Amino acid sequence: MLRFIAIRLGRAMITIALVVTFAFIVLRLSGDPAQIILGPEAPPEAVAAFRKAWGLDDPLWLQYFHYFGAIIQGELGRSMRDGRAAIELVAERIPVTLALTLPALAIKIGLGIPAGIYAALHRGSLADRVVMMLSVAGFTIPSFVLGLTLVLIFAVKLGWLPSGGQDSWRHAILPVLTLGIGGAAVLARFTRSAMLEVLGQPFIRTASAKGVPWRDVIVGHALPNAAIPTVTIVGFMIGTLIAGAVVVESVFSWPGVGRLLVVAVANRDLAVVQCILLLVAATMVTSNLIVDFLYGFLDPRLRQNPGKAS
Amino acid sequence: MSEPYQTPARTAELSLSKLTVSFDGVTVLHGVDLSVGKGEALGLVGESGSGKSVTWLAALGLLPGKAKITGSARLDGMELIGAKPETLDTVRGGRVAMIFQDPTSALNPVLKVGRQIGEALALHRGLSGAAIRAEAKRLFDLVGIPDAERRLSAYPHEFSGGQNQRVMIAMALAGAPDILVADEPTTALDVTIQAQILDLINTVRREMGMALVLISHDLGVIAETCDRVAVMYAGRIVEEAPASALFAAPHHPYARGLLHSLPPLGGERRKLVSIPGVVPDPRALPHGCAFAPRCPQVSEACLSAPPALRGVGDARRLACVLEARTVPLRAFEAA
Repeated sequence: MLRFIAIRLGRAMITIALVVTFAFIVLRLSGDPAQIILGPEAPPEAVAAFRKAWGLDDPLWLQYFHYFGAIIQGELGRSMRDGRAAIELVAERIPVTLALTLPALAIKIGLGIPAGIYAALHRGSLADRVVMMLSVAGFTIPSFVLGLTLVLIFAVKLGWLPSGGQDSWRHAILPVLTLGIGGAAVLARFTRSAMLEVLGQPFIRTASAKGVPWRDVIVGHALPNAAIPTVTIVGFMIGTLIAGAVVVESVFSWPGVGRLLVVAVANRDLAVVQCILLLVAATMVTSNLIVDFLYGFLDPRLRQNPGKAS
Repeated sequence: MSEPYQTPARTAELSLSKLTVSFDGVTVLHGVDLSVGKGEALGLVGESGSGKSVTWLAALGLLPGKAKITGSARLDGMELIGAKPETLDTVRGGRVAMIFQDPTSALNPVLKVGRQIGEALALHRGLSGAAIRAEAKRLFDLVGIPDAERRLSAYPHEFSGGQNQRVMIAMALAGAPDILVADEPTTALDVTIQAQILDLINTVRREMGMALVLISHDLGVIAETCDRVAVMYAGRIVEEAPASALFAAPHHPYARGLLHSLPPLGGERRKLVSIPGVVPDPRALPHGCAFAPRCPQVSEACLSAPPALRGVGDARRLACVLEARTVPLRAFEAA
């Protein structure tokens, strides 16, 4: 078990290192932060001073070396824009983003999983077809289209809700719905197919054949098995809690991590971008770890010895 | 084996009449009439797709919702076809238990076997808590699973196929049923294990005075175990007789073909014969007897309508226009 955890953690570290490296290369090769932050009309001396101050004149490999060394020591750098610690800038945005993504996750799970189960149990019925149709729509409509449509209906036409900003809880409703509906559609689809797969298994017939009432067959026999693939998707959604709302935050002018990322990328504010990416990679890796442990909890075949299970 | 089981003094007789099943408009079972007496061992033979399993799944309401079922299945006079789910839930496992072909996939992979057995004990015997554990352990001992106490906490993937079938049998016995329907119980198992499982089924049947319906395409298995045998072909029973009579002198050309495709145990060695052709597609059954296209003795009379199952002699029923005439083996060889 200890070896299993060690391997997983080692792999997680490598993943994070790759993400950090990739971001460094892309951001550094795609534009000069000095020019972008100081503006095209900045005097050359100012640009030179900026470059010197941030070490932008060093060879790229040396910059990378310094940067990577700092990260290993837990030093994530400062924003080139206002000199504040990047981690501080990002940290103050996290709760703002979670205020959208956590309620949205609740909607995804609370709406998507029951809808998927219902559709599977009433396969081919009108309800099933409606759920599947909505699910395809939720699956394929980009979140900015859905967001703008909701704004058009509830803010512009009906005037019930504000179209953007972060002044009150009412401002959160539309972005939360935008995030939640799309995710619920995805989850409904996966849950439905996981359920259908399980309902076709021989052990479901065995349970019925020994006299277990149908409701208990579903709850006691089918759901615990269907939970295994469904957990994968939920885990992925947990991984997007921090930075999964980039588009929606932009549409609704919600000052969360996603908006910060967009601004930082536009400014080539490397330390901030890196800090966010590191955070995203870390949440993704953590949620994957959680999913792996949940697998072991849900599926005894994977439990005792991950190497031995057939 | 531990002490004998207390058999409830119930007499069960399950009789099917005109049982018909169709899926999406395709009829796969064409009016089956069959009954199982108390404590009797009935064998059901036929090729895959002949309707052996569907017959019993239909009787117990275990077919998917799209299956259309007509006819009747009466258990002690109680109609099962179209019965309320609550009624069926007490019958299934409690009066009629079923075990299946592939025991490992027939058990829930994420539940401990002790819990899966306990479920039946709680449902049909009203046990709870420690009583469930004790009774489950007794059943494990009964079906010959060593180290019962500990093994109750194991999962199906920790057992071999043969052991899982023992678990299935223990689970079937948990409700103290009057009838055990064993659907190809040994097909997925190693040959050496097959004999053990058959012995086990026979032993518990005798001890509990349970009736047995043994579904198999293995004539050897049927011959060893059953009092009476029904032969199915393309969704119909074509011959039914006491096992000894059927194996000594099969009347229906299909039954003869089945028997002749087995090597004789004693006497002279002979060439094995096969039945030419394949089982017809249920969507395109011949107009008359479904076996006619493969039958060495086909005549004009076979082609108009499927022959009805009628009594022949004392205890035999036959669905063939021929009257108990022997079919020479050569007829199959030549075809």
